[in-house]
Amino acid sequence: MKSNDVILHTLTKVAIFVIFTFAIDLFLSGHHEPGGGFIGGLAIASGIVLFYLSFGSERVSKNLPLNFIKVAASGVAIAVLTGMIGLLSGDPFLTHRIYEVDLLIFGPTEITTALLFDTGVALAVVGTAVHIILTISEDRE
Amino acid sequence: MEILVAILIGILVAIGTYLLLSKEMLRIILGISLFSHAANLLIITMGGLKTGSPPLLSEEGSTFTDALPQALILTAIVINFAVTALVLVLSYRTYKKNRTDNMEKLRGNEHE
Amino acid sequence: MNNLVVLPIVIPLLTGMLLILFKQYIQLQRTASFLALVGTTLVHCLLLFEIKQSGVQAVQMGSWPAPFGITLATDMFSALLLLTSNVVALICLLFAFHSLSAEIEETYFYSLFLFLITGVNGSFITGDLFNLYVFFEVLLIASYVLVSIGGKKKQLREAMKYVVINVLSSSLFLFAIAYLYSITGTLNLAHLSVRVAQTGQDALITAVSLLLLIVLSIKAGLFLFFWLPGSYSAPPTVIAAVFAALLTKVGIYGIIRMFSLIFYHETHVTHLFIGILAALTMILGGLGASGYGDIKKILTYNVVIGAGFILAGLAAFSPEALNGSIFYLIHDMISKALVFLIGGIVIHLTGTTKLEDMSGLIRTHPALGWMFFITILALAGIPPLSGFIGKVLVTEGTFVSGYYWLGAIGLLASIMILYSLLKIFMNAFWGETILSVEEEKGTTKGLMLPVALLTTLTIVIGIFAQVLVPYVDLATYSLLNPEVYIEAVFSGNPIP
Repeated sequence: MKSNDVILHTLTKVAIFVIFTFAIDLFLSGHHEPGGGFIGGLAIASGIVLFYLSFGSERVSKNLPLNFIKVAASGVAIAVLTGMIGLLSGDPFLTHRIYEVDLLIFGPTEITTALLFDTGVALAVVGTAVHIILTISEDRE
Repeated sequence: MEILVAILIGILVAIGTYLLLSKEMLRIILGISLFSHAANLLIITMGGLKTGSPPLLSEEGSTFTDALPQALILTAIVINFAVTALVLVLSYRTYKKNRTDNMEKLRGNEHE
Repeated sequence: MNNLVVLPIVIPLLTGMLLILFKQYIQLQRTASFLALVGTTLVHCLLLFEIKQSGVQAVQMGSWPAPFGITLATDMFSALLLLTSNVVALICLLFAFHSLSAEIEETYFYSLFLFLITGVNGSFITGDLFNLYVFFEVLLIASYVLVSIGGKKKQLREAMKYVVINVLSSSLFLFAIAYLYSITGTLNLAHLSVRVAQTGQDALITAVSLLLLIVLSIKAGLFLFFWLPGSYSAPPTVIAAVFAALLTKVGIYGIIRMFSLIFYHETHVTHLFIGILAALTMILGGLGASGYGDIKKILTYNVVIGAGFILAGLAAFSPEALNGSIFYLIHDMISKALVFLIGGIVIHLTGTTKLEDMSGLIRTHPALGWMFFITILALAGIPPLSGFIGKVLVTEGTFVSGYYWLGAIGLLASIMILYSLLKIFMNAFWGETILSVEEEKGTTKGLMLPVALLTTLTIVIGIFAQVLVPYVDLATYSLLNPEVYIEAVFSGNPIP
């Protein structure tokens, strides 16, 4: 099927930067403000789904060769492993730590192990959401 | 406000029950989906519907909104999302394999 | 604080997730899942000894103090169930290695199996009502896929009903959680217990507790078991065995935990209601088991009878009765897995589930036949096998508490169990041998070891029950004295 979707393609190419930038902002601001791995992951997933919608699954799968089940699984694995950092020092599971680091340009910055946990959550959300939408949308029989 | 939402929950549960009792698979799925929405609404209502106060007790403010129900329904919604997706795929496969979406015909017989 | 408590959840979850990344390496999947379950079993042994020495073990996730964060806590009761369920799961896994087709093994079977164990372990460990819901969902979602794995016509059909019933009951669970939260303002089990004891268990709380009972009854197969015979007879043998051994037991654990830790003030309402449900369950299950002529149907109705019998002990709510319930719970996990595996082998050999189409297997498979006979005796409660002590204690407990009718129905149900299983034994194993070894539809190669292991376990538990007695006594003590559990969860912090 060949259809004229120039507007959709052009718009997607622009919008995708906005969506991903906003997703990353949501993801990073999660520690003190509304946001976090879950919502950031959902935003990224919506961007990827927009890709699939406008360019079709064949073209996207070729340029983005990801098995989304594996993305989700590694995300959960990362999150669980981060939770185990606490075990090493004898604290309860999921205890997180905060470090103050002086990044030269950005000034003093808080870096937490919770960020790593959130990365896992984000990956899990991206993987599951995209995989669910792809599974429902394609007829594999 | 709570009373209004309570009535809304009642309506959702009523529609959900009606749909659950029908025979088509898709209607049943919509029914369980509405049912879970009613459950989520109930949780957030039970935490108290207040406006204008932050979820944390600070030095100035004396009232606060309970943040826990929000965390609970976030989890419940995610689980519900995953389960609904699974049920949709499962029902589609069942339909393909059994050639019917009528639960009445999916009772199964003794000799097969 | 003891981080061992976390490991039974983390080990299977992490292994299952990592195994998704290595989907096509079957041998690696087998080894890794086996090692993971060996690991959790060892952890449970350690936990068991630690609880014996220093009481209930609790950990506050993320170092948030008790009623605010998520609590994980194991007392003796949950530790015993954890150990038994993981040993049974381990043995069922051995059975899976030799009985599943490569196609099923490649569709994430081992990951799903490990997620199921994660959910089961988590439900036994968690000290938070909402977390109980989450872990229920973990094990249910894994079980939804396991019921339909392979995608046969019948499986998909039964999976659909199973999923709808369970999603509905999960929604009702959320309703109960919401009501309980609005009444008490907390969801931590220990804190709930304190709050309910402070305000008294009024009619409203009792009504919510009954809603919770309905939800857990659907999962446990207590009276609301209409979905169970269908969905437990659809999946492959080993999955059905794991379901029969573990899934309903998680619901039973939930009921016992709720009605001993939190809602224990109005026993003449709630526990009497449980007793009536248990009696009805045993009668209906007994009728089903003795009425059908299909192996799978008979076995699933036996699961139902077991659930009724265990909860009869809770209804009596005395130390002897609870002791009996715990003993019977341990026995029931092992023997239900065993009887499902043997039934599966018989179906595998003869290629049919109808009793009238099979005969005389004992000549070609004497070991299988005699092991099945031992299982029948164990399930009927004949000494010195594992079912005996549980049956005696539950019956004694119901009589002491004045529930004579409940004890009598329990004994009647035992006779029905004996009758229904002997029917299988007489039809399938005795009589004229109509199938020679060459004509059989499958082999028992590799399948006998797990069955033999489980049979040994039922005999050992029966003979050495004395060794278990101090552990079970401790479990009953912590069930009847909620302060022990509460103290461990709050560990000296003020209770808000």
